[in-house]
Amino acid sequence: MTTLSEPLHRRLGMTDSEYDSVVGILGREPRDAELAMYSVMWSEHCSYKSSRAHLGRFPTEAPWVVVGPGENAGVVDIGDGWLAALRIESHNHPSFVEPYQGAGTGVGGILRDVFTMGARPIALWDQIRFGPLTEPKNRYLFKGVVSGIAGYGNAVGVPTVGGEVEFDDCYTGNPLVNVMCLGILRRDQLVLGTAGAPGSVAVLLGKATGRDGIGGASVLASASFDDQSAQLRPSVQVGDPFEEKKLIEACLEMYDRGLVVGVQDLGAAGLSCAVSEPAGRAGVGMNVDLGSVHTRETGMTAAELLMSESQERMMAFVAPDRVDEVLAVAEKWEIDASVVGRVVEGDRLTIRHDDELVAEVPAASLADDAPIYDRPAARPGWLDEIQAGACHDSDLAVADTLLALLADPAVASSAWVHTQYDHMLFLNTVVGPGSDASLIRVQGTRKGLAVSTDGNGRLCYLDPRIGSARLVYEAALNVAITGARPLAVVDNLNFGNPEKPEVMWQFKESVEGLSTACEALGIPVVGGNVSFYNETDDVDIHPTPVVGLLGLADPMPADPPRLGRAGDGMEIWEVGPPATSNMAGSSAQRLSGELVGLPTAPDPEAATRVVELAARLAHVAPVLHDVSDGGAAVAITEICIASGVGATVRSEQPFNEDPHRFLVVAHPGSLDLPAGLGRLIGMMGGEDIVINDDAIPLTRCRQIWAGSLEHALAG
Amino acid sequence: MRTAVVVFPGVNCEHDVVQVIRSLGGEADLVWHRVTDLSDFDGVILPGGFAHGDALRTGAIARFSPVMGEIERLAGSGAPVLGICNGWQVLCESGLLPGAHIANRDLSFICDFVEVEVVDTGTILTRSAQPGQVLRVPLNSYEGNWVDPSGEGRVVMRYVDDPNGSQNRAAAVANGPGNVVGIMPHPERASDSLLGSTDGLVLMESFLHSLVAA
Repeated sequence: MTTLSEPLHRRLGMTDSEYDSVVGILGREPRDAELAMYSVMWSEHCSYKSSRAHLGRFPTEAPWVVVGPGENAGVVDIGDGWLAALRIESHNHPSFVEPYQGAGTGVGGILRDVFTMGARPIALWDQIRFGPLTEPKNRYLFKGVVSGIAGYGNAVGVPTVGGEVEFDDCYTGNPLVNVMCLGILRRDQLVLGTAGAPGSVAVLLGKATGRDGIGGASVLASASFDDQSAQLRPSVQVGDPFEEKKLIEACLEMYDRGLVVGVQDLGAAGLSCAVSEPAGRAGVGMNVDLGSVHTRETGMTAAELLMSESQERMMAFVAPDRVDEVLAVAEKWEIDASVVGRVVEGDRLTIRHDDELVAEVPAASLADDAPIYDRPAARPGWLDEIQAGACHDSDLAVADTLLALLADPAVASSAWVHTQYDHMLFLNTVVGPGSDASLIRVQGTRKGLAVSTDGNGRLCYLDPRIGSARLVYEAALNVAITGARPLAVVDNLNFGNPEKPEVMWQFKESVEGLSTACEALGIPVVGGNVSFYNETDDVDIHPTPVVGLLGLADPMPADPPRLGRAGDGMEIWEVGPPATSNMAGSSAQRLSGELVGLPTAPDPEAATRVVELAARLAHVAPVLHDVSDGGAAVAITEICIASGVGATVRSEQPFNEDPHRFLVVAHPGSLDLPAGLGRLIGMMGGEDIVINDDAIPLTRCRQIWAGSLEHALAG
Repeated sequence: MRTAVVVFPGVNCEHDVVQVIRSLGGEADLVWHRVTDLSDFDGVILPGGFAHGDALRTGAIARFSPVMGEIERLAGSGAPVLGICNGWQVLCESGLLPGAHIANRDLSFICDFVEVEVVDTGTILTRSAQPGQVLRVPLNSYEGNWVDPSGEGRVVMRYVDDPNGSQNRAAAVANGPGNVVGIMPHPERASDSLLGSTDGLVLMESFLHSLVAA
């Protein structure tokens, strides 16, 4: 921990050389408030200073991209005048320090990123990772995060329609809480984070500013944890979903009536970001008066006002003759509003606090002149030995292994989680939680939007490039299973301490893997987030990129495949490259407590072929299911449980998780599979699940699968 | 025949309710909670959500909203008044229906399909349904556990399996005349086979038929 005797810039999390850069930009020593602004804007969380040098690798262009990385959310064209906005974010560190508020404000923040673009947020997905539930602390964190997501998401009135739950030792000291949001808008409603032309007025909307969350971005999100971390609790913001709900409706009404020229949400770095980024993007200056900011505490200093991360706030930039209308809309929706600034010619951001000049800086320098670190990267010395470990096992006992997998909370039913989330609001959720991908209909059109979110820290630990590429291919196959074609990716890159060369190498390899897979599928990365410093007491998490992949089904299948549509007498086909005996990184390997081997590399050609085939079959087959966690054995069992009918199958490698495979269940003779791509492996029927002559009663499988998460939580 | 769908700040099911009413050929308009004249309307629905953020307790602030006087007048005149989920909680707080709601028995939010049995077809919500008819409708609430120390509540529908501890397994309750009804599950969410059930349609149709008859 820092002490008061240190210089201010170090207490704000800045290095000496970063301080020198500020002096260079200003040509003088910075005032306190200026230093506060640079410290938050140049934090790892806001500036991506350790990752920016590598993020340029991502493919970001496609004819359907309307807004790529760099704005508050990515926007893609889905046809007929409709756009989709998407964004993914992490709230890892706040959720560890205070799980309920940390997770809840993560939901609030991602919503603002999306409705800032002019979109109505229509769905959320949460990807959450914890240490094993055998530890009481992990149970506390897990329950707190789930109820925080439910408490905020349900009340704010945006359905949480899917996500992921994973448990692994590496997340014990550093859980991962990622959240993705999708919004839709008409093309003419698109709003950007621009301050507009000189004369525009800056109107601060929403919750009153307080001292909460000061240093959230710079101190909490951009540093590692140790045993003093509980002292950071005051850096966590407190959420108010009711304020956010009113703010959403008020902003959407303003967009609808064409009242704003630009909008910027107040998230990390608060007001500092909300005045400097829009001015920088528009190439203008701005005069701001902090005395006009509506506050809920007295005596706040200029630096506190500029750094506060109070939630549920937006900055609208409005032409002078529309200000009264904006204030009237705010009054109708019962949200506070104050005029805090005016856009001027030039490039200066001039900030006064009542009568005192507290900051005068080039607006764009806060966002654009942040340092870029090309940190040293080195392949971990331990990786060769790990990858050489014995990972081939073709002789697992089927019944015992299957039952153990069904009892694993990471494989078992997640109903305990998703029945706490409102996943049905808006009447759009055609395929909801517990499926390979969610399918959300776009009302008034024949379109469906499919989203799959996927991460796998175990695969990425063994080989970050292979593991990351496989995530993209898995997500693409998952959306195809609903009848959608892949359209765009957002990614949340959760890694350890970037100052360690091994972590930086993992990061670069992961970016490479994600990029090559996106290129092979012809889809752009339209946004993302980087979360570094996921380490506690010098132990880093497994590299855990999380992919959120959006697909478009146009038209949406009239009766999309569902796990519960299998029936007696239907055939079970396995499609894609044959399974192997490679268990590296698999769920079955986790049962043995090991994590060794080199995972099977993806095959881009096979990937594109199975994605296209699945998207076509989704219009005719009653059941399609990705083969992933737990292999074909678990995939078949999930179909049997959902459909209430048993199955008899033969599979040489029932627990293998090699990529690009899926199951199809359909009436005999109803499918037209390309020669050589599909194999008939069994039939639906009976009351047992029979795999290679091992028979297990379906009722027993269901009982274990349905109850294991709740059982684990009982401690 | 027009239905007012009342929007308190924090409500979130208003568009879903309007959409289903219109799909059935009915007329519905959103009405802001500060409106004090509902004379153009023949019935009222209070949709689900979190009116006023559920501050203090569910419905406790909404009952003081300016629109409530008109809702009381319509209820007294025999017009159909339906509260869904949070709307039922508001009707209890305002005294138009007996009892109150507390947290679910297991202290968890529940969003899931449940089965409910129609036990009383003499109300604006159930007149088109059959006695004993079992409907599959989504529940979506944290405070769905209805308690009624007075014992006066007229139970209209019961959960087949008790999900939340509600007294008498009550999923819907009416006033004496049967024109004011509160229901905890969401009939508007069971109005399309693509979304898993159409069992809520008979309830929404009952409401619309009641408008004609009023």
